[in-house]
Amino acid sequence: MKKILIIGGGIAGMEAAHELAALGHSVVIVERKDTLGGHVRKWDRLFPNKRSSEEVIAHLLQGVKHPLIEIRLKRTVVDLRRNPNGTFLAILSDETPITTDAVLFCTGYHLFDAYKKEEYGYGIYNNVITSAELERMFKNGKVLTAEGKTPERIGIVHCVGSRDAKCGNLHCSRICCVTGVKQAIELKELIPGVEVFNFYMDLRMFGRGFEQLYLEAQQQHRVRFVRGRLSEASETQDRRIYLKVDDTLVGRPMKMTVDLLVLMVGFEPRKTTLPLLERLGIERNEDGFIKVRDCHFDENRTNVNGIYVAGACTSAKSISETLTDACSAALEIHRNLSSKKS
Amino acid sequence: MKIEGKQRIWADYQKEIANDHYFYVRSCIRQNFFPASEVTFWKIIRDTLHKDIYENEHHTSCSGIGYHSDVVPFATTQAIVARQFALMTENGYKNLTSSCITSFGVYSEVLETWKHFPEELERTRDILYKASKREFDVPENVAHTSDLIFKFRNEINAQAKYRLVNAKTGEPLRGVEHIGCHYAKMFPSKGVGGAEHPYVLAGMIESWGGKVVDYPERRACCGFGFRQYFIQANRGYSVACTKRKFESMEPYKPDFILTNCPGCPYFLDRWQYVISEMEGKTYGENGYGIPVLTYEELAGLVLGFDPWDLGLQMHQVSVEPLLDKMGIAYDPAKKFLGVDNKNIGKPVCPNVMKI
Amino acid sequence: MNNFGFSINKDKSINMDEVSKELSNYLSAEEPTFDSCMSCGTCSATCSAGSFTKFSLRRINLLVLRGQLNEVKNEIDKCMLCGKCTLLCPRNVNTRGVIVAIKQYFDKNPLN
Repeated sequence: MKKILIIGGGIAGMEAAHELAALGHSVVIVERKDTLGGHVRKWDRLFPNKRSSEEVIAHLLQGVKHPLIEIRLKRTVVDLRRNPNGTFLAILSDETPITTDAVLFCTGYHLFDAYKKEEYGYGIYNNVITSAELERMFKNGKVLTAEGKTPERIGIVHCVGSRDAKCGNLHCSRICCVTGVKQAIELKELIPGVEVFNFYMDLRMFGRGFEQLYLEAQQQHRVRFVRGRLSEASETQDRRIYLKVDDTLVGRPMKMTVDLLVLMVGFEPRKTTLPLLERLGIERNEDGFIKVRDCHFDENRTNVNGIYVAGACTSAKSISETLTDACSAALEIHRNLSSKKS
Repeated sequence: MKIEGKQRIWADYQKEIANDHYFYVRSCIRQNFFPASEVTFWKIIRDTLHKDIYENEHHTSCSGIGYHSDVVPFATTQAIVARQFALMTENGYKNLTSSCITSFGVYSEVLETWKHFPEELERTRDILYKASKREFDVPENVAHTSDLIFKFRNEINAQAKYRLVNAKTGEPLRGVEHIGCHYAKMFPSKGVGGAEHPYVLAGMIESWGGKVVDYPERRACCGFGFRQYFIQANRGYSVACTKRKFESMEPYKPDFILTNCPGCPYFLDRWQYVISEMEGKTYGENGYGIPVLTYEELAGLVLGFDPWDLGLQMHQVSVEPLLDKMGIAYDPAKKFLGVDNKNIGKPVCPNVMKI
Repeated sequence: MNNFGFSINKDKSINMDEVSKELSNYLSAEEPTFDSCMSCGTCSATCSAGSFTKFSLRRINLLVLRGQLNEVKNEIDKCMLCGKCTLLCPRNVNTRGVIVAIKQYFDKNPLN
């Protein structure tokens, strides 16, 4: 029996563990948090069908209930090196050594720290929040301003920390477009009569059901889409947020005041895994995400033999894509390990 | 507003400011606009703070006005800047302090250029040597003069005669700060507090007892823009920029506007008069304007210097409402008496704005 | 008032805190397909009037949303109601219906 170490117990790690165990391999998931599920756990409802994130987590938790899967929570991998026989020795933060035949990085991503976009005043103005914070409000069933009022007008800013050289991120985080549209609809459903403006540069509705969500936002909810990137947000005397944007399609600057400003924060490569990546010589792309061997034919192997990758550690991905990627990684590992003599 | 948010940004944008021994380069226009500000700076640095500061009579304009008006090419600007550095080096100084925001921007731009393109530095050394046989060291520290007042704000506060507090009510006075664009917009890391939420002037107001008022158009340019103002027909665009700021700050009832640029205080001050004459609108209390001060003038008031020695009679908008609030004793009869009590002439009374 | 040889420029920003939402609300009720517009420009590219005048239905959509009623009123009569835009619109906006609804709105609510 082969043993595989999965670093990261988010949805990619959970799905890959399930598949590998089903294929007869022994799996250890190491997760630094005290629960499995990663970022998805913080989300309320999911695009494109508004399913509760808890359903997804519950489904995946069912999948990791397997005698061949061992879960080590609240631990990190502090050292990882290759043995002369091609296996790996991992040392966990509790000093446990694990010898393993392959390592699968499911280390995911960081959400962009919106504070770095200083012109939007996140962390300074009380009514500027991130998409993740709005999800928390949705979970609590209430969206209120910092002063406890029901907002009458809400602005949603796309591409915060993505496609922005000033933030050091040239990449598109892909899923924020549809998240912005989904959240706009949810706001409209939750708060009768609220006005919602989405400020976008492009709306990249690439996935199944995304374009339908965009149409639903326009037709059923009259969400207003303004093509222009917000240049500046400041606070008014009554603690509302004053926006300056170029209405690029009209060709005139626009200004308006909103009660709440939601920043669609993008994906950034996880910095905490850098020491491990560097120690093993795992290559990264210019954007910092882990580099796969081939962008078409070999998406789950790194440049280092025996080190595999799945999920958002290689690029921003939706849940569906992450789960598909995890299955693919499991199969790749299975195939490679099965061809070796045990 | 969460002040911790701003403090986090301020902590990220700390810059090194030399503690003593400054080579001073003055502004081309400040002596005309606000004639006593630079004198006051020297008084504060030497007499109040006991620091060593030196100026050389051979230093020239940094060429910034010409550079920003597309008249002077960058290679020439680099050579002129190099010459200032040569004067600094020849006189044994390593820290340069510039009175002008645009000069500060030019020095920062030239130094950044030399960092990224060392061949430009070598070419400039060559040009300067061929032209004047001068050689120079790159300064160890470059600071704007407002950086220095910021650095020593608490020392100034320790010697304060007056504070930014309403003498009658004990309430802190409300100050609006306006930062010159070339201070940090080009190089945020060169400014105390960065470019979006600078701390250099806010820190002074806080230290001296006032309350900093943030308003939506705080970050907007004053409208000077060099070329825009120089051509009369374009001035409507310049004044419109300034007007937008006044409209935005007016509801906050600021007691004063504090600035750190040669141009901004001039335009924020004079345009209030122009707007009042053109549109009948004033932005201060009871038909007055909002007093506009340079950081040296404000520091001077806090230190108890005579308002007329600070040149406050040269402002278009009367500063008396602010002096009264701070409880500063002054003699109205001496307002237009210059050096040796010589009458310097009284301006014509505006039609709308009270003075 | 004093004349200094120049006038103070007006702010050309659209201030969404001040503009009228009336026409926009009227159209959402009378011709809701207009809300599906995604500014692709198919209508304005094919428009007979648009080739020879400043008329653009794509722009009209935005001007309605931004409450620029005077501009909408000035432009709307240039449409020849040929219907080519209705034929091509990828979002199935009933563009002829939009024009008629806008005209009806101004009949009922003349601008001063």
